[in-house]
Amino acid sequence: MNTQSPARLAGSASIAFQTPVYISSCASVVGKKEGEGPLGDKFDLICEDPMFGCDTWEAAESTMQKEAASLALGKAGLAPGDIRMTFAGDLLAQTTASSFGIAGMGIPFYGLFGACSTMGESLSLGAMSIAAGYGEHILCATSSHFASAEKEFRFPLAYGNQRPLSATWTVTGSGACVLSGALPQEEIPRKTKPLLSDKGCVQITGLTTGKLIDYGLKDSLNMGGCMAPAACDTIYRNLCDFDRTLEDYDAIFTGDLGAVGQKILFDLLMEKGYDIQSIHQDCGLLIFDGETQDTHSGGSGCGCSASVLAAHILPELAKGTWKRVLFVPTGALLSKTSFNEGDSIPGIAHAVVLEHCPV
Amino acid sequence: MNQEQQKEQQKKYADYVKEVTPTHSLPLNMAKAFLTGGLICVLGQIITNFAKSQGLDQEMAGTWCSVTLVFISVILTGFNLYPKIGKFGGAGSLVPITGFANSVAAPAIEYKAEGQVFGIGCKIFTIAGPVILYGIMSSWAAGVIYYILKIMEVIS
Repeated sequence: MNTQSPARLAGSASIAFQTPVYISSCASVVGKKEGEGPLGDKFDLICEDPMFGCDTWEAAESTMQKEAASLALGKAGLAPGDIRMTFAGDLLAQTTASSFGIAGMGIPFYGLFGACSTMGESLSLGAMSIAAGYGEHILCATSSHFASAEKEFRFPLAYGNQRPLSATWTVTGSGACVLSGALPQEEIPRKTKPLLSDKGCVQITGLTTGKLIDYGLKDSLNMGGCMAPAACDTIYRNLCDFDRTLEDYDAIFTGDLGAVGQKILFDLLMEKGYDIQSIHQDCGLLIFDGETQDTHSGGSGCGCSASVLAAHILPELAKGTWKRVLFVPTGALLSKTSFNEGDSIPGIAHAVVLEHCPV
Repeated sequence: MNQEQQKEQQKKYADYVKEVTPTHSLPLNMAKAFLTGGLICVLGQIITNFAKSQGLDQEMAGTWCSVTLVFISVILTGFNLYPKIGKFGGAGSLVPITGFANSVAAPAIEYKAEGQVFGIGCKIFTIAGPVILYGIMSSWAAGVIYYILKIMEVIS
């Protein structure tokens, strides 16, 4: 019997897992524009049809998320029945893309909304559940779709208007991960492809739960500025809670701060005495080529951090390119109503510590 | 921290964000808007002149011009070409009647999936609605002023 406590509380808002939480597989599905970006050859599936064979944008997003979830299950060699529960979310009102997407799979389901930070939220809750022994395998998935997000938050697609340079481009993409309490086993006969290299696998070793940080900004077309203070707060508290310095991380990935938010994050953390410029990367800046793809400040949406995580960060971690990284998806918590009523836009960022684990 | 300090801090942050956020070049955007809006108006004049050359009077020719421009704009919206013009021309493509037609056609396409009544019916004027409402209201106000001035015999 395991007498060790599953986790240790660290600092004021962090958890350090003492039982291993493995990411046994991950999968990403993206749209055409994302497939033409710098990470194009790393995604599992690139769909040329923005409707994903469906009649509506919402159904397209559901299909995309379901596809990512099925791929992740397949790679882990698991059937939907092997999954104890799912934590999934998206950007649509009432998170219908996730509920309709996962519904057909028959997996117990928790729907989440953390705006673009949802992948951090679902990984956090999934890791806690695995560490506590509440499931052998847990699925974490999020998605966003450019067209459904534009419709939800801005204008109809065919409306001719100009986007400011601070605006980001919602990623059409979905990422899914299977978390497991046991080391992924390569089973050749079943044609699986777990997240495992000859060097090792990936573990979630800790997390820092994000706080809502509101600096009073009201510009919904400058999400980077709204979310950067939250990212700064979470990264700072992660370093304090785990008593770590920046040398302890090989890379820090934020979700979708974009070029404007990244600059603000550097300045804010510099004020606290941390210079993260050399190790910081932003998923929104990785997924698109700002020069040629006309995406202005960068990519955004909960599919942005999720698909970059599944296509780029996790496989590189498994290979041992990095030993320990901090994954910090950022979200701007606004609705069309709150924006119209003149409320400010609070940001949130959840941090997940991902480590390479040699086998 | 009291409310005043908080407000001051928020303002400081807003100013700082404004400073680091890049913006479009205003003179360049104005030039593009002038060019786009100008070209649309030239097209309108060509249609009007053509209609007049076919023997229509000024009013009828004007109507033909509006209808033709709206038709072209709706077709361009349907083929997803108007957003490209809008991205380049900004207010130059927004202000003329073609922009108004685009703002009505775009929601009609987008919300078609939600049905004829709750989709197209309810949402077709989500962008153009304010223009219609306040356009009618201000023309009513102008009418009242005109009426009063007429009674006072300021204008004949």
